[in-house]
Amino acid sequence: MSIRVRAQESNGVINVRALMSHDMLVPDDDGGPHYIETVEVKRNGEDVLTGHWNFTTSRNPFLQIEFEGASGDTVTVAWTDNQGESDSTEVEVR
Amino acid sequence: MISTKRRVFLKGTLAAGTVGVAVGAGLLAPSKLLAAWPAEMFEADSLESAMEAALGSADIADGDVELSAPEIAENGAVVPVSVETGLDNVSEIALFVEENAQPLTQRYVLAAGAKPKVSSRIRMGESSNVVAAVKSGDTWYKTVREVKVTVGGCGG
Repeated sequence: MSIRVRAQESNGVINVRALMSHDMLVPDDDGGPHYIETVEVKRNGEDVLTGHWNFTTSRNPFLQIEFEGASGDTVTVAWTDNQGESDSTEVEVR
Repeated sequence: MISTKRRVFLKGTLAAGTVGVAVGAGLLAPSKLLAAWPAEMFEADSLESAMEAALGSADIADGDVELSAPEIAENGAVVPVSVETGLDNVSEIALFVEENAQPLTQRYVLAAGAKPKVSSRIRMGESSNVVAAVKSGDTWYKTVREVKVTVGGCGG
């Protein structure tokens, strides 16, 4: 399980691209439904965006968002799923 | 041994109950409520009821909302979509796929500083209207696009 994040700043705006490893199983799948419910993106520890998903988000979810910030800021991307699993990663904005 | 499905259901019920008690006791601030996973919005099984649950109404005005999605998606399991708007003071974004069994697909809550621009990839079971809605101030606006799907992507 992992999250790959790229965070780049340009003109005071941070562009974040995150790719999360998760099978996002639909109800008909063996072991399904098993999907990321909540994604939280933070900048320097403060909430920037919260995403709510269900199994209609594709496998290995991709998310791209933008928010105000500066190079050197810390961006955290974290998720929790409907079976109590979670993951998070932190990167420095380039 | 309790089945997994039943365990998940019970966990969900317990969570809802705990939230309910906390709200009643005034312990949960409105912003926390907004951040909680909205089960009732995702469970709605028609576009109209999903919009009512997520947006407060199914009667939403068309507005300056840009929804980028392929005209024809070769693979319904991975349909790239982007929602962007020039409207200001945007606090929420919601995405619906009309023909999915449960139309609400994604919902975002934006804090100050977040640009109203989100890209992701969704599953579509069949060709369908896709509705993108944004909340600017106290008002929701939407746009609708038809996306044709060659091979459905909701499983099986």
